[in-house]
Amino acid sequence: MTDATLPPETSASPAKAPMQPKSLYALDDLTRKRNAAEKRFQAYGIGAIAIGLFFLVVLAYAIISQGIPAFSRTVVEVEFTLTQEQYNAAEGTLFKTKAYEEIFINALSGQLQDSGIETPVEPEAIERIVGKPGSTIREFFRENEDQLGQPVRFDLAASSRVDGYMSGRITREGMTDSRFLMASDLDVVDNLVEAGVIKTVFNWSFITGADAGVDNAAAAGIGASVIGSFFMMLVVLFLSLPIGVAASIYLEEFAPQNRFTDLIEVNISNLAAVPSIVFGILGLAVFIQFMHLPQSAPLVGGLVLTLMTLPTIIISTRASLKAVPPSIRDAALGVGASKMQAIFHHVLPLAMPGILTGTIIGLAQALGETAPLLLIGMVGFVARGYPDGFIAGFTDPNSAMPAQIYTWAARSDLAFTEKAWGGIIVLLIFLLTMNIIAIILRRRFERRW
Amino acid sequence: MNEMPSIEQANEMTESKISANKVQVFYGDNQAIKDVDIEIQPRSVTSFIGPSGCGKSTFLRTINRMNDTIDICRVEGSIKIDNEDIYDPKVDPVQLRAKVGMVFQKPNPFPKSIYDNIAYGPRIHGLARNKAELDDIVSSSLQKAGLWEEVKNRLDEPGTGMSGGQQQRLCIARAIAVSPEVILMDEPCSALDPIATAKVEELIDELRENYTIVIVTHSMQQAARVSQRTAFFHLGILVEEGLTEDIFTNPKDKRTQDYITGRFG
Repeated sequence: MTDATLPPETSASPAKAPMQPKSLYALDDLTRKRNAAEKRFQAYGIGAIAIGLFFLVVLAYAIISQGIPAFSRTVVEVEFTLTQEQYNAAEGTLFKTKAYEEIFINALSGQLQDSGIETPVEPEAIERIVGKPGSTIREFFRENEDQLGQPVRFDLAASSRVDGYMSGRITREGMTDSRFLMASDLDVVDNLVEAGVIKTVFNWSFITGADAGVDNAAAAGIGASVIGSFFMMLVVLFLSLPIGVAASIYLEEFAPQNRFTDLIEVNISNLAAVPSIVFGILGLAVFIQFMHLPQSAPLVGGLVLTLMTLPTIIISTRASLKAVPPSIRDAALGVGASKMQAIFHHVLPLAMPGILTGTIIGLAQALGETAPLLLIGMVGFVARGYPDGFIAGFTDPNSAMPAQIYTWAARSDLAFTEKAWGGIIVLLIFLLTMNIIAIILRRRFERRW
Repeated sequence: MNEMPSIEQANEMTESKISANKVQVFYGDNQAIKDVDIEIQPRSVTSFIGPSGCGKSTFLRTINRMNDTIDICRVEGSIKIDNEDIYDPKVDPVQLRAKVGMVFQKPNPFPKSIYDNIAYGPRIHGLARNKAELDDIVSSSLQKAGLWEEVKNRLDEPGTGMSGGQQQRLCIARAIAVSPEVILMDEPCSALDPIATAKVEELIDELRENYTIVIVTHSMQQAARVSQRTAFFHLGILVEEGLTEDIFTNPKDKRTQDYITGRFG
């Protein structure tokens, strides 16, 4: 632009040029180049952020759209009466749940025929639709024998295929007849939906429940592994934070500078880069095989993840201790505080926000870690007698959220894929809650500055 | 501290408060201070002057063993306060620093309230038995530092929110609060404007009635204004030490003369 405005004579008469005062309106070449470079850099920055946001949106969309169906479930709402004689007879057979199932299905199909549904309903179709309600019914009547002979309302989980049909995962066009679901069953389902027998409700059992067998996707829940993860995080927090902070304070403030401490420092940095599966093998060898701690327990998982989290916490704690201005240390020492008083009264509070940031990054990493958990057996676990035996604690077998998601994703039934996505949503909510707590704590410490 | 202070008396006293004998300070293999001998009089102000890097701050920091915090720093020779060698293995540096307070170059109040800044020292030394006594110490320290009128209504505000000069006087008040006998000041006015500097100098002048003050300064005018005795350091050596008037009007050493007349620095 300036080139065009400058008359060519200017360069042709150099003797005159220095006499002219330099105009501030005309940008020289160097300034223009600098401005262009700055603009370009800003464009790169905006581009980078845009790309990041784009992927975030895509990811969030994928997770939410695929995971939401996991939070709803299809139930078959039926009223059913079991007589004392039927109960006694069923308890007398070898396959007890199967016996209950037959009684129930016969009762239901009769009931449906009576209620005037046009399509003929065969017992097999019912069986395909309501899944395997035998054990649910048996459990209920064994616990509530006084209910025998009276009509009882059940909300039975529909089979995973019916669930898929309701959530749009399975369509009439796309499906093939199998022993799990026939096309003709869908007519029955439609009729039942119209009659209000089959409906979609919020799936609390996904949030509170435990994993189920491979053939019963509808009953699978992530609740048990949420508790498992929660226990592990407690172990990690209460071990790695004090150990990590103590180690960092010693290394940063007290330890003499020599080859030995240098060696320790290098090794801590290296430890942060060790693949997590290595920690898993270590945990298996040391905690389970050598120390004989219980397998699959959140305690062991927490110990392994503590080892993984320690370097992160130590590195960030040391960085934030280093960032505290030395003048504060001088000030405290100058009024006669001991070294420890100076550190605990003045340096540590100022380093706290940084320490918390490091801790939350470490915990978030640990929360999402799957590989080491596979090795110590915190995976592929089906809860029995849930919820007893969970809340009990740190040494009971359990799973963890990422391991649970991994298990579901690996299963062939597509209904589990949905669960996996739903599990990711729960995992992210858990993580978000953790981060929010950390941010609130950090704010509180920062205000003291 | 219970004796009646009097400058004339103090100057005539033969018993010095601090006496250094053949002090050597090394940072690793570098010798920062060579053979420093100095006697510092009680209840007076002694200035250390000299060009940058001459070792005056280093020597000041040996007096309350602040150099202990530097790993590679090593001190030889003896420094006695009230005839007790402060580098004796029996001496705990923490106790020493309660007796020898320090004010630093950059005002460094704790990121806490004004009250807590002053109260911290007395608290850790157990100087107050209850809240009322602590309140007394805080108010009297602030009064001695000439800060009371300015801050008495905002003691719970953060000390870091005050102006630079106020912060420095807060640091002096903080040092006074633990009832030291000696106060070391490491270029206390170098970060302050002339008005704040004047206030701090006035304060130093008042404080010498009760405390032995050693001040490192780059400003020769300041040394001339506030101190009774002046010591000139050059390249780690104590070149000359004497009454301030003598040093500035009639220096014995050529180097001192060159420095105070601005011929090198």
